[in-house]
Amino acid sequence: MFALIDCNNFYASCERVFQPQYEGKALVILSNNDGCVIARSNEAKALGIPMGAPAFKFRNEFKKHNIRVFSSNYPLYGDMSHRVMKILETYTPNVEIYSIDEAFLKFEGFDYFDLNAKGLKMRKQVRKWTGIPVSVGLAPSKALAKIANKIAKKFDKRTQGVHCIDSDKKRLKALKWTPIEDVWGVGRQHAKRLQAMGITTALDFVNLPDEWIKKQMSILGLRLKRDLEGVSSIQLEEVAPAKKSIAVTRSFKNILNIFSSLEERITTYTLLGAEKLRKQKSCATALHVFVRSNPFDLNAAQYRNCCTLTLPHATDSNFVLNRYALMGLRSIFKPGIEYKKAGVILLGLTPSSSRQISLFEQDTVKHTALMQTLDKIHRRYGPHQMKLASQDLKQTWKMKREHLSNRFTTEINEIIRVK
Amino acid sequence: MSDKEDKIIFFQPDQELGKSSFLAQEGISAGFPSPADDFKELRISIDREVVKNEEATFYARVSGESMQGAGLDDGDLLVIDRSLEPQDNKIAVCFIDGEFTVKRLKVEKDCVYLMPENPKYQPIKVTEDNELIIWGVVTYVVKKV
Repeated sequence: MFALIDCNNFYASCERVFQPQYEGKALVILSNNDGCVIARSNEAKALGIPMGAPAFKFRNEFKKHNIRVFSSNYPLYGDMSHRVMKILETYTPNVEIYSIDEAFLKFEGFDYFDLNAKGLKMRKQVRKWTGIPVSVGLAPSKALAKIANKIAKKFDKRTQGVHCIDSDKKRLKALKWTPIEDVWGVGRQHAKRLQAMGITTALDFVNLPDEWIKKQMSILGLRLKRDLEGVSSIQLEEVAPAKKSIAVTRSFKNILNIFSSLEERITTYTLLGAEKLRKQKSCATALHVFVRSNPFDLNAAQYRNCCTLTLPHATDSNFVLNRYALMGLRSIFKPGIEYKKAGVILLGLTPSSSRQISLFEQDTVKHTALMQTLDKIHRRYGPHQMKLASQDLKQTWKMKREHLSNRFTTEINEIIRVK
Repeated sequence: MSDKEDKIIFFQPDQELGKSSFLAQEGISAGFPSPADDFKELRISIDREVVKNEEATFYARVSGESMQGAGLDDGDLLVIDRSLEPQDNKIAVCFIDGEFTVKRLKVEKDCVYLMPENPKYQPIKVTEDNELIIWGVVTYVVKKV
């Protein structure tokens, strides 16, 4: 069985943990530079604030409805995400961090346990320990777990935030309820085509003949069908990642304990992530790196750490991303630990307006020389005299973050104050 | 003020710990094992002592004198463990009427009081009109001497 755990309105929830006065109030989080809305509380959604709404256009709207506006606070979100994931990892060794606020858990040999009760326990623990509300979807495949999660969230009063698709009756009901465009892995193009043919729900899709799906949507479409039939067939990496973040995390086959080997892994993950980033034509504005030992090896010294870095500008460059990823790794690496898992999550994704930087993507040697020259110029003539071509030249160097909340968990001078 | 120093005092020992254990292991592979290694113990870490549940641990800074009697002075650092159940007589960080406060909980039959420990402050009776969130139980206070 699989579980998909998804944090409800994650960024908004993080803000509320440390500022409970906004509980039940409408709030939105803006992208880097306070450009557009990247996250909304349920109340803001209900007021009709769309995802991606440009902040300057909606200023009056925010005021009129008394919507609290926040700049994105990635150090806070990264740390809270880390806490949630770590709690989830105590439930099963098989955790796949899918994005900053979602994880798949695989339960093997738990058939005789009450998974619904386990889901409720997980949800309660995460809420109590971290303050973050989550929804849990349980099902025999990942695509179904996604759907179960949607149901859990949509009908949270009735489901208490946990829904388990554990019978064929429940499965068919769920498929009938799910619009085709909401099915995991069905892109907009496919959805349009299917809708035009009268295929409007996941159930309609499952009823299509195998040959047709294979021909029209390749083997991936067929695997999706199997998944929706309750036969687990989809591997995680095969499905396009969630738009707002890209996560590349892996457990190592063997234990790693020296810096250079971790460095190599982090670089590989970063480049993989960067490739996905460019594929969906996005740039990242922040980056999260984590490492950990094997929590199930009781004899080994336990360690895990993470850090979130805000990038100086939105980028899809291998070189820049990797430089920051390794900077992050250096700050959290602790010698003498047997590392079992590491990961890189690219955050704060914005559409890339320029591809110029790809000139240098394949040529790190030249790129290094270039960066050194740049650094020299900066040293001689003061910083930021030269920018990478992909940077917006009109934009001032310093990021606009007028509504930034405190880094409550990563900066000791910014912790909450209590009277 | 001393906020910066607090930070260093609070986090440094744990990093030191990592370095020392690393060196000892290197020594083993280089040749004759140090007989002391078998008796090697981890250096004391304040972090390990006060943080029992890393994922549920948060920090707060005391502002004001309402809990002076309990040893919580203005500017002290509080360690909060959200995984603990709030109970009668525990000191907890609460959120009430729009602000965070730290008080001792007094749980009665159908009423909760937030008790200050300073005669200059009044107990807060939590009624249905108040929205109370018991945010987390205070487990340690770190103060500069």
